[in-house]
Amino acid sequence: MRQKQCTHIHQTIKRTMTNKKYILGVYEDEDVLLHAIENIRAAGTKIYTVFSPYPVHGIDDALGIERSRLPIAAFLYGLTGLSFALWMQIYMLGFDWPMIIGGKPHIALPAFIPVSFELTVLFTAHGMVITFLIISGLYPKLKVPVMDVRSTDDKFIMAIEVKEGVTDVNKLNSLLRDNGAIEVNEKEVTK
Amino acid sequence: MQHVSPVREPLVTGGKTYHDITEDVSRQVEAKPNIRWAIALAVALFFLGIFIYSVYRTLWFGIGEWGLNKTVNWAWDITNFVWWVGIGHAGTLISAILLLFRQKWRSSINRAAEAMTIFAVICAAMFPVLHMGRPWLAYWVLPLPNTFGSLWVNFNSPLLWDVFAISTYFSVSLVFWYLGLIPDFATIRDRATGPIARRAYALLSFGWTGSAKHWSRYETVSLILAGVSTPLVLSVHTIVSMDFATSVIPGWHTTIFPPYFVAGAIFSGFAMVLTLMLITRNVFFLKDYITLEHIESMNKVIILTGSIVGVAYITEFFIAWYSGVEYEQYAFINRATGPYWWAYWSMMTCNVITPQLFWFRKIRRSVVATFIISIFVNIGMWFERFVIIVTSLHRDFLPSSWAMFSPTIIDVGIYVGTLGLFFTLFLLFAKYFPVINMFEVKTILKSSSGVQHSHAPETMHAHSPNNQAHHDK
Repeated sequence: MRQKQCTHIHQTIKRTMTNKKYILGVYEDEDVLLHAIENIRAAGTKIYTVFSPYPVHGIDDALGIERSRLPIAAFLYGLTGLSFALWMQIYMLGFDWPMIIGGKPHIALPAFIPVSFELTVLFTAHGMVITFLIISGLYPKLKVPVMDVRSTDDKFIMAIEVKEGVTDVNKLNSLLRDNGAIEVNEKEVTK
Repeated sequence: MQHVSPVREPLVTGGKTYHDITEDVSRQVEAKPNIRWAIALAVALFFLGIFIYSVYRTLWFGIGEWGLNKTVNWAWDITNFVWWVGIGHAGTLISAILLLFRQKWRSSINRAAEAMTIFAVICAAMFPVLHMGRPWLAYWVLPLPNTFGSLWVNFNSPLLWDVFAISTYFSVSLVFWYLGLIPDFATIRDRATGPIARRAYALLSFGWTGSAKHWSRYETVSLILAGVSTPLVLSVHTIVSMDFATSVIPGWHTTIFPPYFVAGAIFSGFAMVLTLMLITRNVFFLKDYITLEHIESMNKVIILTGSIVGVAYITEFFIAWYSGVEYEQYAFINRATGPYWWAYWSMMTCNVITPQLFWFRKIRRSVVATFIISIFVNIGMWFERFVIIVTSLHRDFLPSSWAMFSPTIIDVGIYVGTLGLFFTLFLLFAKYFPVINMFEVKTILKSSSGVQHSHAPETMHAHSPNNQAHHDK
């Protein structure tokens, strides 16, 4: 009796742990891959994502990935850096402790250009990179959810999520193969 | 569609596949250290030891250990500082400016060149910090609140601009370099067999999976980083040159300094990249990735920047005469014919004459000649900074205070010691990090390997100019 209960609980835990199943189409060539993406999306199948060993040009458009807004963030970080630098220099040398240096005015703007420029670059670069790492969930971690280790070597892996009772796995399999996949695998990911 | 140019030489030779690139580059990371590497590291560590000893003497006994005197109070330290910073510039030029210009030949050399930038800037930073005498108070150069002293830092001073420029340059270069390493660390992580290696590279790879969305963002970020690094690198050496140019010392007070220093920096940096890459290419068997085409391209940059430097030397001389300022005129005549004439003519020979040999295609494409000339350029550019700094100072306005400078053993020790520091860092990098940017080389493979891939479908335009004839044997 107790054992039965245990297995029952175990099953519920397993179900709530949201196991996700993916079909992985393995491709060898970027051009074949791009055609495949277009055809598969045209057939009404939603592609989860594609893993590639290098950035494939044109894949954003093919997958319908929107253009990143990181450049806007970069601009705002740069503006912050510039404002901070100007404020700092004008406040420190112009108001907090004014001094005559080389007969120049307290607020000698031309002399403030180099530091303002450097801080603009500093804020832009670091702000943007930190934002990129955060929004992409990239940080030092021991367990990496790699679907197929060959995707960092020489293969392009197209991942399509399998929804229980909705996705026809056999049909998907032949769709991928018809579009040039050299292999089709299944992968379960526990989240 | 990718196009294989029938005219251009392939940038990757030997009929490589994507997997071959992974293998060739990861091999030296995964293999046990070879004996040549171990010997090189031992030599580098010996020089690092000299560095540590010289730094100890400098800190324990003070700056009096150096050969500075009341007239020449800036000599080898600032010479070495400018020399090292200049060397670093080639890495940023390759990683940022050539990226904006879409020069694909940068792909296989940018990783090592950027590493060189970072290590060179570390070496450069040693000199001003040590010259402070009390380096543990180095943070006083930052704008700290008044309780630390009575004043804020002086934002009108080029030396303070240097603090901001060098630290921004170092940290941005480091981030740019590391960002490019993340996907390659992921490759090594996914191949790793040992538990320590797998964990170490997993941590280093930041959990990179190579999904399309990440790549898309990655490309945006690296393009913007290249965009901000380009003016940054130009600003850094501009500001370094202003350390001199904004003073009123004859020989320093010239408006040509910023462009002249930037050109000189790129010139010396490319020479150092060549010195390092020619060794790396031999030690790690990377001749299919760093081809004669790459060497030739870098040599072309050397002729260009070397000629700019040559023109700058002549212009300086001309302007000194044309200005009618006798102090200025004396400074330049003294440079060429005074007691430091040998330094001036070493500089002229190494920087103006030797790179002109690269007008000959045979010399441009000769590994041995390139290696020798790159060493000459490194020496010449060191002399350039020495000449500018010491000859302008040693005979100042008052003849009674004229003096000569000669380095002490500690001066020499710190200089060769930073070479030890640099090579120690570079050798460790070359062993444990992927020395060639694998993913970037993979992106150019299809268009520039000179090989038609067998698995390409019929729908692709078939263009298979057989470039094998051009391959370097």
